[in-house]
Amino acid sequence: MYLENVNERNFMVTSVDYVFNWARKSSIWPLTFGLACCAIEMIASSASRFDIARYGAEVFRPSPRQSDLMIVAGTVTLKMAPVLKRIYDQMPEPKWVISMGACSSVGGPFNTYATLQGVDKVVPVDVYVYGCPPRPENLFYGLLKLQDKIDQMSLIQRPTEVRLEESMLENFKKQVMVAQIQNPAA
Amino acid sequence: MINLLAQPWFIPLVTGVVIIALAPLAVAFTVLLERKVLADMQARLGPMRVGPQGVLQTIADAVKLLTKEDVVPSDSDKWLFRFAPVVSFFTAATCLTVVPFSEAIKVTDVNVGLLIISAMSAVGILGIILGGWSSNSHYSLLGGLRSAAQLVSYEVALGLALMCGVMSAGTLSMTGIVKAQLQRGIWFAFDNYGLMLVPMMIYLISSVAETNRAPFDLPEAESELVAGFHTEYSGFRWGIYMLSEYINMFAVGSVLITLFWGGWLRPFPNVAALAIPLNYGVPLVVFGGTGLGCLYLSRRQPIQGYAIGIAGLGVVFLLVAAIFMIPAVNGPSIPVFWWALKLFTVLYIFIWLRGTFPRYRYDQLMNIGWKVMIPTALAAIFINAIVGMARS
Repeated sequence: MYLENVNERNFMVTSVDYVFNWARKSSIWPLTFGLACCAIEMIASSASRFDIARYGAEVFRPSPRQSDLMIVAGTVTLKMAPVLKRIYDQMPEPKWVISMGACSSVGGPFNTYATLQGVDKVVPVDVYVYGCPPRPENLFYGLLKLQDKIDQMSLIQRPTEVRLEESMLENFKKQVMVAQIQNPAA
Repeated sequence: MINLLAQPWFIPLVTGVVIIALAPLAVAFTVLLERKVLADMQARLGPMRVGPQGVLQTIADAVKLLTKEDVVPSDSDKWLFRFAPVVSFFTAATCLTVVPFSEAIKVTDVNVGLLIISAMSAVGILGIILGGWSSNSHYSLLGGLRSAAQLVSYEVALGLALMCGVMSAGTLSMTGIVKAQLQRGIWFAFDNYGLMLVPMMIYLISSVAETNRAPFDLPEAESELVAGFHTEYSGFRWGIYMLSEYINMFAVGSVLITLFWGGWLRPFPNVAALAIPLNYGVPLVVFGGTGLGCLYLSRRQPIQGYAIGIAGLGVVFLLVAAIFMIPAVNGPSIPVFWWALKLFTVLYIFIWLRGTFPRYRYDQLMNIGWKVMIPTALAAIFINAIVGMARS
C-alpha cells in the first residue's frame, strides 16, 4: 500500500495502533522494584484485597529485561539514583515509569542533601501518583491514567516521545511545592 | 480424496501441523488458567479487564511481547544467545511428536517412544545451559548451572520411575503402553495391588522438578538470581522460553498419563456397562457446564460487548457438547477428549503445587533428589518387579 505521507494517521496506521496499544496497555508488567514504604502499598496492591491482576498487571517480573513499567515506589537517595537510572536503561522499549508517592515525585518530606528531589531528574516519568504513601486505589488510578496514555501512542511517533507536557509537569510541581511550604501565608 | 486420506503420511502430517499450530494457543490458555487458578487460591479475581472475564489476557501478552524491543547484550555470545531458546522450543515440541492422542491420531508410533522423550527432555537442558552461559551475566550463569545440576539429579529418579511402567507394559512404544493397559483392564497407576502408585508419585514430583516449576523453580529463583537463566532475555525470545517450558509441561504430563493413567482410555476401560454413561455423560457435564457457566457470567458483564462475547463463547461450548452427543463424532473423538481431560488434570496439579508450596532451598532440593527419590524409586522397581513376576 502506497503511503502518501508516512507521518499521517491513515487507516493502516490507526488499525495497527489500535491492536498494539490494546496489547500494550492490557499487559503492563511492572518491575519488582521497591525502595521504601510505598513498596509496601505496591505489594498490597497485588494482594487479595486490591488485586492489580484485574488489569493484567500482576506479573511482577524480577528482571528489567522483561518488564514494561517501573514503579518508583519510595524515596530515591542520591546513592540509589544511578542504580535506578541503570535499571531503567536496561528495560526494553516501550517502557514507562510511574512515580509513586511524594518522595519519588518531588522528594517528599526529605528536603536534604542525600535525597533526590524528584525521580524525574534522572528518568522520564509518565504518571505521578500523589500520597504519602498512596493507597493501592490511587496506584490503580495512576495505572488507568497510564493506560489512557498508552492508548494515545502511535506508530508514527517513537513510544517514549509520548510524555507529559512540560506545562503540566511545572503545574504539578508548583502544586506540591505549595503543599510543602510550612507557612503558606508568609 | 479417499486416496489422500488413505496415504500413510496424511494423518501424521495433519497432526504435526495441528500440534505446531495449536500448542502455542494451548500454552496461552494454560497460562491464563494458571493466573486465574492462582488468583482463586489467593482469594483474588485474576485478570478481569482484558476481554470478558480476562479471556484475552494472554493474547495481549503475546502481542506485547512480540512488539517489545529485542535486547541482545553487547558482551554476550550473540549466536548462542539467539540459538538457545530455539533449542529449548525444538526439543519440547519434538517430545509431543511421539505422544498418541488416540489410537489413530498421532504423529508417529516409535517402538522406543519413551526413550525419545527422555532423550529430548535431556537435550532440552542444553537450551537452558546455553542461554545461561551465553548471556554473559552472573545471574544467568548461576541459574543455568543450578538448572543443570537439578535436571541431572532428577532425571535419574524420573528414568527409574519410568522403568516400573515399562516393566508392566513390556514395551517402550507409547501406543503399546496404552494397549497393554487396555489388555490388563486397569490403569498402571493402580496395577500391582496399588504398588504402582509409588513410581507414579515419584514421576509426578520429578516431573515438576524437570519442568523447573515451583516448588523446584530454583533455576529462576527470583529472590536470589533475578530471573535465573533468562535474566537477559527480553521480548519474544523470553516468550519462546516460556512457551517451551509450558510445552515441556504438556510433554511430561502426557508421559505421565500415557504411562500411568491409561492414555486415551476412559476410566474403568474394561467395564463395558460404563462406556455409554462415561463417554457421553462426562463431555456433557464438562462442556455443557462450561457453556452454562459462560451464559450465567454474560449477565454480569460491565460492557455490552463483553456480554455478547462471553454469551457467544457459552453457545459454542453448548454446541460442542451437542456435537459430542452424536455417536458418529463421539466414537473417534472421545479418546482425544479423555486424553485432554487427563492432561489438564495434571496441569491443574502443577498449578496447585505452585500455589501451595514455598520454594525449596538448594541443599534441600539435592537431599530430596538423591536421598529420598532415587532410593525410593530403586526400591519401587525391585518390589514391582517381584510382585509383577509373582502375579503373572
